[in-house]
Amino acid sequence: MIALEAASVSLGGRAVLHDIHVCAAPGALVALCGPNGAGKSTLLRALAGLLPGLPARDPRCVAYLPQGARCAWGLTVAEVAALGRIPHRDSAAAPVTRALQACGLIGLQAARIDRISGGQARRAMLARAFATEPEVFLLDEPTSDLDPAAAHEVMALLQATARTGRAVVVVLHALDLALRYADRMLVLDHGRVIADAPPAEALPAAASAFGLPWGPDPTPRLLPPVA
Amino acid sequence: MIRALVAAVLVLSGLGLLVGAAGLGVPDPLILVQIRLPRSALALLVGGSLGLSGAVLQGALRNPLADPGLLGIGGCAGLGAVIAFYWGLSAVFAPALPLAGLAGAALGCVLLLRFAGAATGPSLILAGVALSAIAAALLALALTLAPNPYALAEITFWLMGGLEDRSLLHLALAAPPILLGCAVLLRLGPGLDALALGEDVAASLGVPVARTLRVAAFGVALAVGAGAAVAGGIGFVGLVVPHLLRPTLGERPGGLLLASMLAGAALLLAADLLARIAPLLLPLAQEPRLGVLTALLGAPYLVRIARRVAP
Repeated sequence: MIALEAASVSLGGRAVLHDIHVCAAPGALVALCGPNGAGKSTLLRALAGLLPGLPARDPRCVAYLPQGARCAWGLTVAEVAALGRIPHRDSAAAPVTRALQACGLIGLQAARIDRISGGQARRAMLARAFATEPEVFLLDEPTSDLDPAAAHEVMALLQATARTGRAVVVVLHALDLALRYADRMLVLDHGRVIADAPPAEALPAAASAFGLPWGPDPTPRLLPPVA
Repeated sequence: MIRALVAAVLVLSGLGLLVGAAGLGVPDPLILVQIRLPRSALALLVGGSLGLSGAVLQGALRNPLADPGLLGIGGCAGLGAVIAFYWGLSAVFAPALPLAGLAGAALGCVLLLRFAGAATGPSLILAGVALSAIAAALLALALTLAPNPYALAEITFWLMGGLEDRSLLHLALAAPPILLGCAVLLRLGPGLDALALGEDVAASLGVPVARTLRVAAFGVALAVGAGAAVAGGIGFVGLVVPHLLRPTLGERPGGLLLASMLAGAALLLAADLLARIAPLLLPLAQEPRLGVLTALLGAPYLVRIARRVAP
């Protein structure tokens, strides 16, 4: 369970989030959607306790993956995943192997992260979060850099993870993925939560936030048909 | 790898005790203890502290071109020593020189932390650059105002860096801060590993980022400052050593710390041996300065690194 109550955040003197109430219960996959600049990444950092003035989190219980995470050095995939054990101050091999397996990286353990594809590197970063074995995942666009098939694989993995009793909060730009996998969709616009509901119900609000057409037409024009 | 490095350090230290101006051989015990022991021990300590500091700074700042000289600590130590020369303190009281160098390094450390404030990577680099510039300017001022040509020559000679004619007293003054600094730095491994993924991720992994950077700056100031105070300006060891090790040991910052310390020690011991035997092999009136040797060997390597890391 992770929550923010009446949180307002200003960065560099500019108000980014206004009076936010969010919570993610164990077992739920929550998609955080909204246009660019709506405050999604800031909200995720606020949830992770990385902003001054907000409660810090226990690093063993909360794993955070930022947008466009990069590794400064040419670590191997296995070394990157093993960094997820730092909060536990151990070097247990089993959780790291499980994380690599879950993220489909078996066979790539010894490859340097700067010499593999962007999608593989993204999954290595995700494996780092899984290696912590946290109760809460806060993931900023984990499916960016992934091809559609790999994106579906990752979302299925996150859904399965949520079903094991973890809370998973994911910033998503792909509304079709949110509609298909998320239990709840939180739509953010101009730093305010304008919808917090099951994805199908939150979709009109999302469409208006994105300025996309949405009408009584039963076929959503915003999205391709969901298989 | 660690074993090979330990062996190299031991062999080079042994050679350091056996090789001198008189050629190869077991020297008179007085020479052994008073001249060669302090020289070899200082090469070991200074080289080790430079290698370790380079590895820590490159990891902490996520910059493959980071170097202990970058933080301006060496410059401040040099400034302190030059002030001791300038007022003739070193002529009256021999340990005044290393003591003033240590005081300069300590002052530089305090100023660095003050400049850097709530230190983040780039601001720590900028603070180091500012500190280097101030130290260099004051040093130039001291040189222009030097009371006599003799003092000027002496200062210039000292600034070039070297280990000849160092006594057990120099060793006793420099060893404790160097060892303490190295002990502090060797514990930073996990924090530096986490920083490889950026400051946000490191913080989310429970690493106190600002504190880690401050501890790194403090440890480097202590180790490098004390070394510079007795050995003068010896550059490029800290920059080059981690790059030499990465192809074999991998790039995880924490995995490079101990090896960089050992390799730095081995490298400076080897360079010092080279300086000692150069007059025996080449028509040189005296030993080449150690700082000059490391710069001549290290600077071309810097060009290579810069070309490789350029986008």
